[in-house]
Amino acid sequence: MSWRLWVPLLLFSGFLGLAAYQLTQPKDDVVESRMVGRELPYFTLPPASLDRPGVDSRDFYDGKPKLLNIWASWCLPCIAEAPQLEALKEQGVEIVGVAIRDEPVDVMRFLTQHGNPYTRIGRDDLSEVQLGIGSSGVPETFVIDGKGVIRYQHIGDIREEHVPILLEELRKAES
Amino acid sequence: MKGLFALIAMMIALPVAAQQSVPPAPYAYRQLEDPVLEAEAQELMETLRCLKCQSQSIADSDAAMAGDMRHQVRIRIASGESPEEVRSWLVERYGDYVSYEPVLSTRTWPLFAVPVILVLVAGMLFWRRFRRRG
Repeated sequence: MSWRLWVPLLLFSGFLGLAAYQLTQPKDDVVESRMVGRELPYFTLPPASLDRPGVDSRDFYDGKPKLLNIWASWCLPCIAEAPQLEALKEQGVEIVGVAIRDEPVDVMRFLTQHGNPYTRIGRDDLSEVQLGIGSSGVPETFVIDGKGVIRYQHIGDIREEHVPILLEELRKAES
Repeated sequence: MKGLFALIAMMIALPVAAQQSVPPAPYAYRQLEDPVLEAEAQELMETLRCLKCQSQSIADSDAAMAGDMRHQVRIRIASGESPEEVRSWLVERYGDYVSYEPVLSTRTWPLFAVPVILVLVAGMLFWRRFRRRG
């Protein structure tokens, strides 16, 4: 019997093995923004709360790197990341918030309960800024350098271990 | 009796408390006035992935973000952009992943090439076999 007869079976089992392996791998459902390294699109958002101004893309051109935090009062992981945002603010980081599909009364209630680390909060009822910068969920946090260029994207809530990473990215964004 | 009551109660659908109080984007559920443009938008929306609910198209999804994406698609089409321009606007932000339309690129060419090669190989095998018999 020729060895060649075994080739199709070998190919088939190789394929089966590959498929079985892929099935055991965890699903990767994180969508990274392609806007990292590019300039923010132009936008102007009205204020989302009563005690903070709204957000304009021109706010990001003053030479100082900032965090742009995409969040919402209806988002549970946003509660979990609130202490970390507070810690970043205490380190002198300027945090600009964009509230997705949110009413000022809900925003105010959230901020009274969980603290307000933001210098500005814009109201994005149509997810326009979110779509414009390639963000696909809440919360997400972007490092923007002093020239309006997106330098880093953090997907999901900020945990304690992510604080030093963000500080490092902000430092890198200074140059 | 109690069981019957429970059964009836289960059959009545109650709206789940709204998670978000902001109404959907104007063109999330409203069609464009121009039927030709609406057809273009609809066709495009069926081939764009909902980023929140990744195995659905934005045309099929009721997620708030899918509604906001439909709004973007409709206002862009209405303002004169072509469907392919809108698609590339999204691909520029989210990568090819956001589009269900297959594209030929340096990464995807084997998907197109392998079937052709298999058909050629099969054809060659058949040809050799039949030639030997004949």
